[in-house]
Amino acid sequence: MMNYFPDEVIEHIFDYVASHRDRNVLSLVCKSWYRIERWTRQRVFIGNCYSITPERLIRRFPGLKSLTLKGKPHFADFSLVPYDWGGFVYPWIEALAKSRVGLEELRLKRMVVSDESLELLSRSFTHFKSLVLVSCEGFTTDGLAAIAANCRFLRELDLQENEVEDHKGQWLSCFPDSCTSLVSLNFACLKGEVSLGALERLVARSPNLKSLKLNRSVPLDALQRIMMRAPQLADLGIGSFDHDPESEAYIKLKNTILKCRSLTSLSGFLEVPPHCSLAAIYPICPNLTSLNLSYAAGIQGSELIKLVRHCVKLQRLWIMDCIGDEGLGVVAMTCKYLQELRVFPSAPYGNPAAVTEKGLVAISMGCPKLHSLLYFCHQMTNAALITVAKNCPNFIRFRLCILDALKPDADTMQPLDEGFGAIVQSCRQLRRLSLSGRLTDQVFLYIGMYAEQLEMLSIAFAGESDKGMLYVLNGCKKLRKLEIRDCPFGNMALLTDVGKYETMRSLWMSSCEVTVGACKSLAKKMPMLNVEIFNENEQEDCSLEDGQRVEKMYLYRTLAGKRKDAPEYVWTL
Amino acid sequence: MDNSLRSYEKELNLEATELRLGLPGSDQKRSIVRTKKRSSPEACEELECMSKGNVNSNGSDVTSDHDQDNVEPPKKARVVGWPPIRSYRKNNLQQKKGQEGEGEGAGMYVKVSMAGAPYLRKIDLKFYKSYPELLKTLENMFKCTFGEYSEREGYNGSEYAPTYEDKDGDWMLVGDVPWNMFVSSCKRLRIMKGSEAKGLGCL
Repeated sequence: MMNYFPDEVIEHIFDYVASHRDRNVLSLVCKSWYRIERWTRQRVFIGNCYSITPERLIRRFPGLKSLTLKGKPHFADFSLVPYDWGGFVYPWIEALAKSRVGLEELRLKRMVVSDESLELLSRSFTHFKSLVLVSCEGFTTDGLAAIAANCRFLRELDLQENEVEDHKGQWLSCFPDSCTSLVSLNFACLKGEVSLGALERLVARSPNLKSLKLNRSVPLDALQRIMMRAPQLADLGIGSFDHDPESEAYIKLKNTILKCRSLTSLSGFLEVPPHCSLAAIYPICPNLTSLNLSYAAGIQGSELIKLVRHCVKLQRLWIMDCIGDEGLGVVAMTCKYLQELRVFPSAPYGNPAAVTEKGLVAISMGCPKLHSLLYFCHQMTNAALITVAKNCPNFIRFRLCILDALKPDADTMQPLDEGFGAIVQSCRQLRRLSLSGRLTDQVFLYIGMYAEQLEMLSIAFAGESDKGMLYVLNGCKKLRKLEIRDCPFGNMALLTDVGKYETMRSLWMSSCEVTVGACKSLAKKMPMLNVEIFNENEQEDCSLEDGQRVEKMYLYRTLAGKRKDAPEYVWTL
Repeated sequence: MDNSLRSYEKELNLEATELRLGLPGSDQKRSIVRTKKRSSPEACEELECMSKGNVNSNGSDVTSDHDQDNVEPPKKARVVGWPPIRSYRKNNLQQKKGQEGEGEGAGMYVKVSMAGAPYLRKIDLKFYKSYPELLKTLENMFKCTFGEYSEREGYNGSEYAPTYEDKDGDWMLVGDVPWNMFVSSCKRLRIMKGSEAKGLGCL
């Protein structure tokens, strides 16, 4: 029936189809849909920047306006991927600039972004509107200055958790007076100072500014002046909250906060005075749907608890474990609409006042809408997980990190297989799962059997034999990303179903039992995969013998063939 | 529990890995280590060098545990990349702790640079109890000698001298103030050539 509609009608219908997956499906229906879809696609998501060349992407989607790219494998976040592995954005920007694609939005995650790339980006696309960099590195404030100076219609500059070198130039002052289009500005991750005058003037001439996240160099009095100029702000990241409670600046701030009725999202508090009280923000807490205090290291648990009591509408909470089990109990009583919870450790190797399975159980009882969890804790029990599974069957993301990686059930000393098994059996929509604690092959049997929607699985220090990995590869039909470290999975698991890897984005295995020979064999059988081995041995005379154990392997499907920018220690087989 | 753990350990082929002991900076391969007393793995402390001489501390995930009871080897070791906290977040945490001077087991890391070296190192000041311990470590780490300290002459006569930047941003000679005062005011260390440091030594 659709074949009798003219192209314009089909195009119009396609306009309503936004999600990448749906669009991908549309393009497979028939040749003419493929053609129409490719001309009308504006937003493209590339989960692995090495899976395709920029030129090929541009050829297929000439109407591209928004590009999302991800670079390094996820475990790069935890220092498992050596420096300069790759993920350079420059070739992409260069290719896009040459092709005269009308790029408006670029979102990058775990990529290496040089100042040259930012400069080229700023000069090449007249209508460039939005730059979002998450966990990237390689650039300095000079690159930011170029973006500020040259992108005349910039709406969004969002820097999340990047390592940025501060060159002490006044990058913020480079926004010209004519720039009045800013909607979102986030420079919380920058370490250096910005010109406070330039910042205030920028805010004053940005009537559409909805989201502003300051870095720790912005003091309280400047914050107060900024908030006065931007009562329309919906999302605020406070830089420094350091103050003398008796000071005029603080009293002024308390009054200003009362005027900010539009604030629904709050974060930051990167610098706080000792024994900091958050009473000043109690008045706006009832409006908050999102609260991120995971970088507010100076705030005591008791203060967090007092604050949370006011946050009745909270949907998203990122907090540190100093809130304790008791504090999570308060969250459970207060935040009935909670959907996403992240509890981070306040000291990397544990903190006596931190959270346990009790806090998680309390949350599950009080927050039935919870669907995303990241929980760092000291201990867990099967009973607790079984209870959580029963109370919250709607989990989409369940990431549990027991700080002591091999710790069994704290009560029974059994492995945590049954607990995680209950989670996957109950939460049929589960898409992402991270395991920890003492685990045998049994948990993988459960995952293979029940986790039908699972797309991403992270495993560490778990399992007993190749069977574990095979259960997962055989059972999880929708698996896209599998990352494994320090597990006794070897060649048999790796090679049993090589075709599986073409249905996945990537596989990471480090400190497992796979050998060079097996990886070579895999690479030979599967030309559409890049099988990379990292050989970080400093000895020059090392050659890769087949029987040698591989310390780190990263394989991914690709249409681009072997990449040309790999450093010396990366061997693509 | 112990039996299954031991067989699990065998499966992981821990013989292939090695517990390396030594002061920070001595050559260490990453390894997973278990001490016989505990039932779960501890991790190896590792200092990672930054390449390209980049001043940013990028992805350094070093932490250490300061169990006061555990003075003797085997030192508690830690696994690289565990717990899985983003490097950026970890760095931020430690920076914060350093500023507060509390530590709570998270350590007090300062950068150490040396004239002519291509990259910087980082050490945990809380790990040391006195100047001799610290200086010995620095000498080992950078393969240099400082010689004898004297209040009058500083490290006069040696090829190198240890200096530090204090809270006020001034460069001071290591050794002049009481140890605790030094630890609370030291922001970073620098090993200067004796000739560079002459001005500091003669006051």
